[in-house]
Amino acid sequence: MSYQPIKFYQTGTFTVGNRLLAPEERSVQASAKRFNSINSGHRACQGCGEALGARYAIDAAMEATHGQLVCANATGCLEVFSTPYPETSWQVPWIHSLFGNTAAVATGIAAALKVKQKKAPHGQEIRVVAQGGDGGTTDIGFGCLSGMFERNDDVLYICYDNGGYMNTGIQRSSATPPAARTATTPAVGVEPGNVFGQGKFVPAIAMAHEIPYVATATVADLRDLEAKVRRAMEIRGARYLHILVPCPLGWGTASHDTIRMARLAKETGLFPVFSAEHGEQKSALAIRRQLPVEEYLKPQKRYAHLFAPTPRVEVLAQLQALADRNIKRYGLLDGGKQ
Amino acid sequence: MLKQIEGSRAVAEAVALCRPEVICAYPISPQTHIVEGLGEMVKSGELQGCEFINVESEFAAMSVAIGSSAAGARSYTATASQGLLFMAEAVFNAAGLGLPIVMTVANRAIGAPINIWNDHSDSLSMRDCGWLQLFAETNQEALDLHIQAFRLAEELSLPVMVCMDGFILTHAVERVDMPTQAQVDTYLPPYEPRQVLDPNEPVSIGAMVGPEAFMEVRYLAHAKQLQALERIPQLAAEFGQQFGRDSGGLIRTYRCDDAETVVIAMGSVLGTIKDTVDALRQPENGGLKIGVLGIVSFRPFPHEAIAAALKRCKRFVVLEKSLAVGSGGIVATDVRMAVTGMGLQGHTVIAGLGGRAITVKSLAALFEKACAGQLELTTFLDLDWKAVNKQLEREKAVRRSGPIAENLLRDAGVVAARNY
Amino acid sequence: MDKPFAITLDPGSSLANRTGSWRTFRPVYLDRLPPCNAACPAGENIQGWLYHAESGNYEQAWRALVDNNPLPAIMGRVCYHPCEGACNRQQVDEAVGINSIERFLGDEAIRRGWQFSKPAAPSGKKVLVVGAGPSGLSAAYHLARLGHAVTIREAGPYAGGMMRFGIPKYRLPREVIEAEVQRIVNLGVTLTLNCKVANIEQAMKEEGFDAAFLAVGAHIGKRAYIPAGTAAKMVDAISVLRSMEGEEKPQLGRRVVVYGGGNTAIDVARTVKRMGAEPVIVYRRTRDKAPAHDFEIEEALQEGVMVKWLSTIKHADAGEIMIEKMALDAQGFPQPTGEFETLAADSVVLALGQDVDLGLLDGVPGLEVKDGVVQVGPNMMTGHPGLFAGGDMVPSERTVTVAVGHGKKAARHIDAWLRGETYAPPPKHELAGFEKLNPWYYSEAPHVVRPMLDILRRQSSFEEVVQGLDESNAQFEARRCLSCGNCFECDNCYGVCPDNAVIKLGPGKRFEFNYDYCKGCGVCAAECPCGAIKMVPEEN
Ligand SMILES: Cc1cc2nc3c(=O)[nH]c(=O)nc-3n(C[C@H](O)[C@H](O)[C@H](O)COP(=O)(O)OP(=O)(O)OC[C@H]3O[C@@H](n4cnc5c(N)ncnc54)[C@H](O)[C@@H]3O)c2cc1C
Ligand SMILES: Cc1ncc(C[n+]2csc(CCOP(=O)(O)OP(=O)(O)O)c2C)c(N)n1
Ligand code: SF4
Ligand code: SF4
Ligand code: SF4
Ligand SMILES: [Mg+2]
Repeated sequence: MSYQPIKFYQTGTFTVGNRLLAPEERSVQASAKRFNSINSGHRACQGCGEALGARYAIDAAMEATHGQLVCANATGCLEVFSTPYPETSWQVPWIHSLFGNTAAVATGIAAALKVKQKKAPHGQEIRVVAQGGDGGTTDIGFGCLSGMFERNDDVLYICYDNGGYMNTGIQRSSATPPAARTATTPAVGVEPGNVFGQGKFVPAIAMAHEIPYVATATVADLRDLEAKVRRAMEIRGARYLHILVPCPLGWGTASHDTIRMARLAKETGLFPVFSAEHGEQKSALAIRRQLPVEEYLKPQKRYAHLFAPTPRVEVLAQLQALADRNIKRYGLLDGGKQ
Repeated sequence: MLKQIEGSRAVAEAVALCRPEVICAYPISPQTHIVEGLGEMVKSGELQGCEFINVESEFAAMSVAIGSSAAGARSYTATASQGLLFMAEAVFNAAGLGLPIVMTVANRAIGAPINIWNDHSDSLSMRDCGWLQLFAETNQEALDLHIQAFRLAEELSLPVMVCMDGFILTHAVERVDMPTQAQVDTYLPPYEPRQVLDPNEPVSIGAMVGPEAFMEVRYLAHAKQLQALERIPQLAAEFGQQFGRDSGGLIRTYRCDDAETVVIAMGSVLGTIKDTVDALRQPENGGLKIGVLGIVSFRPFPHEAIAAALKRCKRFVVLEKSLAVGSGGIVATDVRMAVTGMGLQGHTVIAGLGGRAITVKSLAALFEKACAGQLELTTFLDLDWKAVNKQLEREKAVRRSGPIAENLLRDAGVVAARNY
Repeated sequence: MDKPFAITLDPGSSLANRTGSWRTFRPVYLDRLPPCNAACPAGENIQGWLYHAESGNYEQAWRALVDNNPLPAIMGRVCYHPCEGACNRQQVDEAVGINSIERFLGDEAIRRGWQFSKPAAPSGKKVLVVGAGPSGLSAAYHLARLGHAVTIREAGPYAGGMMRFGIPKYRLPREVIEAEVQRIVNLGVTLTLNCKVANIEQAMKEEGFDAAFLAVGAHIGKRAYIPAGTAAKMVDAISVLRSMEGEEKPQLGRRVVVYGGGNTAIDVARTVKRMGAEPVIVYRRTRDKAPAHDFEIEEALQEGVMVKWLSTIKHADAGEIMIEKMALDAQGFPQPTGEFETLAADSVVLALGQDVDLGLLDGVPGLEVKDGVVQVGPNMMTGHPGLFAGGDMVPSERTVTVAVGHGKKAARHIDAWLRGETYAPPPKHELAGFEKLNPWYYSEAPHVVRPMLDILRRQSSFEEVVQGLDESNAQFEARRCLSCGNCFECDNCYGVCPDNAVIKLGPGKRFEFNYDYCKGCGVCAAECPCGAIKMVPEEN
């Protein structure tokens, strides 16, 4: 079989793999020998973006560290569906302590490993990844996260953002997008759903810590995600990766639409995909086929109140404005080359 | 080596001798001098092979210790009072995960009202968190207990709190006998974790356990503490042999052999109590048959040892620096449980809360009353009844009379309270 | 490790939890019918051979191609490629240049001397094929591969039929025809030239053929009534083109009027242009209504062919003709306007279509002839048992490709008929329409344009106008294929399953579902770029 440089062939780098792609250009996920860091038999909902995102990210980190990896995990869906006694899905050394302390636990692991490494400098070096949901990251775990950032501990923290506290039954978190319905921001009253002007975008806050690496990704762009994990593992110090992981249950989407929803979030500009080093934006994943925000919102029941009984044109305009602002701010139409 | 140093410094040096690998710290009085001392030793290179991490909260401190311990490093932290409460969730978690972390609690009252002085409310609030809790009577014992604590924790794979009275011990400059590194190394072997995060043998630590196994998990934690009841005296004995002094153990008795009345307490107040008992035993003071029982191990609680020690007495007085608001004594409850069916007269004395001085004079009066069989079931030592009653009156009259603390201060004539 | 009870667990132990039981729908792999394949009159498995071309495995690609069509080098030049018209890629950017890759493979096969694989064991049956046009050649090839002894009788001096006598060589060089015909002959087919079959029944009886396939084409140029002076020179297009193959080239003078708007008119005009004349096409309707393919009109115009649209010839004389201007009515039909014009014309070439010469069928019982063509059943058999027919002589679109398809289809039915059976084609897969695809995954890649001969040489020589692709751009073009409905091993399903429930079997072996763990979320089916996965309801 002959390989051709990826630029011109059938699917470019958009698919997971491809028999025609030079082996070194294939994704980690394309390999029959990938780690499957999180094994089959987990209890995530059908089509769970978080289960997928976690395998993508941790497999990539395993690849980058040649299997020398330890993971700390916050309470949340990922933890609950992967480790109910008597079975665990994890095939990597993994610890779950609490909901809000994962960054600190990872700091502790990193410190321990650093001491061990100093004592036995010829042993294989082991790296640390911390992971949690948006609630465990942007809300309750934020203090520990900021501390870890500020000390520049050698930890890659991965936030799986599904826009809410899903494990407890879909409540609002500070990562819940405006207008979205959750159990605590119901679609009632004059301003149904989550309010505008609240919430926070932790990647930007992470950048403000001037840590060596901050990036966002989605489960729809596997290669971008893997490249970011790889880059993150090349760097020492505190690193932050924020991955958008659609939640069929919480978003009210069909289980087969998980990747499509992530793709639409990126293509509309509502979720900017970019990377930054030492507080400066370095790249943006360009929008390929720009779409109006409605394309993303419509398939989601959490936004149903924006379309019926009467279309909320002004709210849609506000959301479009958010997308447009992202596009401008992160240079999403030209891949970050502002 | 004999040294005249501050209690905190003594503990810091002892901890350093234990070769900790990760220390995480967040400041709170009266614990600060301990971690400051350790930080300095790490930075100067005096303590090698150790990461000292300045964290952003006690919650993070315990969480870092959880991570480092799970990754196989000997881990240490220290806190007190509000700090202990702030880390509470992680404190329970460390025990649940069976991680042998050693933590000094420089005992201090809990607010509100905020108060920096000593009592035992902080560590006793964590009574059921699954940690072992050892109380030091002197600075020497505080120092020694830390060495024993690492050994105990790592053998059982359970975390241990060494409790020492804030200011009274932490800030007191006393003479201590500091062991050598060689001595400590002989007593305390390197940490061999029972479970560890290791890529060569990946496990998942911290699973979610449902009703089908949770009771068993809890029982096993309990069983481990019961094992500690056996190990603690053995380790203390071994320590005694090697270091040439008595430190630790489950309980320590003083002049109990013929005592009809036994005073039970924890921590530094035992010194004052022993002085008072010595005085009351003088024939010129009535030659009272009174003895003392110091509890070193509050968790696990040494029910049998206490029952055995009280076998010959008629009554006991539990003097404790803690109050189970709405119930009474905390230690006393456990002691009563230990002597169930022995037909003893038991008294609870709540004393020294928030640093209120416990004087020999007050104790002498109290013990005389006790020996005379006239002590009430529960006594609040040196309570200002005038102030209390006035407030109670006021409350009876007006349902809402404002914050109690402010009213009392006003009555006591204190213009402004100092806050820490 | 001394693991605490329940809190610490062994890695990967969740395999004990068979989440497959959650499923209400199950994904299944399937092959859907790509629209190109569905549109190919020769029934080529285009996606199938492109798959090999994508890997640079040209011989395998060629072999997959010739399973259905033995003339790729010819097809790659003259086929009007309805496949490209159906190609799903049009909806992404532009259709895949299937035809140009086909030509590349055909040329590559000639260059490298690839031969067909050996035919099946001899069946002992003899089949006569009448006519060595594309239909006859195709039937002969397929019949030979099925093990039958095949004889082709061709009236003309060369094989190729209208490909040789009609299609000009600047579009189809003769060596190409020779090479592809020779390869069929190499398979063991007997080809007899200059041998017209006058009576089919007789021919079969005499030599003991068990069946016959008729593919005599349509070679009689249609005439139209045009009032003409005696000196006017009027010829039909087919004769002109046919004479191009002989020693005597047609003498048409300088100013040649070609009457008609089909491909034949264009071919004639371009041919005479190359001989130094000044052709003018006269056609009664407009360009967009002309039956000729627009690219052919375009190429003719580029070469300097003049066209009078909306014009009919009223009268022809020596040296000139009179034409009447037409106008389209509301229904789009041309109507006379009464406006006339004269045009210098040394000759008029009529390109008005062809009729079939049915002479050899005289007296054959059971035949049905309608509108001048022989009627056949769905199995390509005429009303006379054992007598099959195809190509231009039966109702058809009259293209090389349809003719080839007829040949293949007839061969299969003849084969079955010879065994006393009926051929039942395998059920067709459901169509892989564009809505079945996930086009997101295909990268932007515009169509490779085939190079063209420079215009001066196009006007003066019979060199081939449209050039071929080279290996690199042929492969690039092949890789533009979306592989509609057929797994091309992109690893997407394997990658996107949140439950790791897809098993990768290795290169060329595709994938399998692990139904022990598949929860039936459907992400794999939604993200399969080419629609090769279907969700079907679980039965219980
Ligand atoms: C000018 C022109 C250009 C064309 N261009 C294209 C094109 O670009 N693309 C395309 O797809 N189609 C084209 N066509 C149409 C295409 O050539 C025909 O549809 C196709 O060749 C028909 O194939 P066939 O096998 O049915 O018949 P033919 O190709 O006509 O072959 C029939 C053969 O049978 C022989 N024959 C006839 N009678 C007898 C007999 N009694 N005994 C023995 N042999 C006999 C003939 O000599 C001839 O060789 C073109 C047609 C013309 C006229
Ligand atoms: C201290 C504490 N508060 C609350 C909870 C309850 N809780 C468990 S998981 C969870 C939601 C997790 O949300 P998120 O971090 O976004 O992860 P997700 O489940 O959405 O993946 C909450 C609120 C808890 N376990 N601990
Ligand atoms: S609730 Fe959402 S995040 Fe949680 S398992 Fe289900 S799909 Fe995944
Ligand atoms: S997703 Fe890719 S690998 Fe899977 S069936 Fe479709 S084409 Fe084949
Ligand atoms: S993505 Fe996986 S779980 Fe979902 S239907 Fe396909 S194989 Fe089954
Ligand atoms: Mg969440």
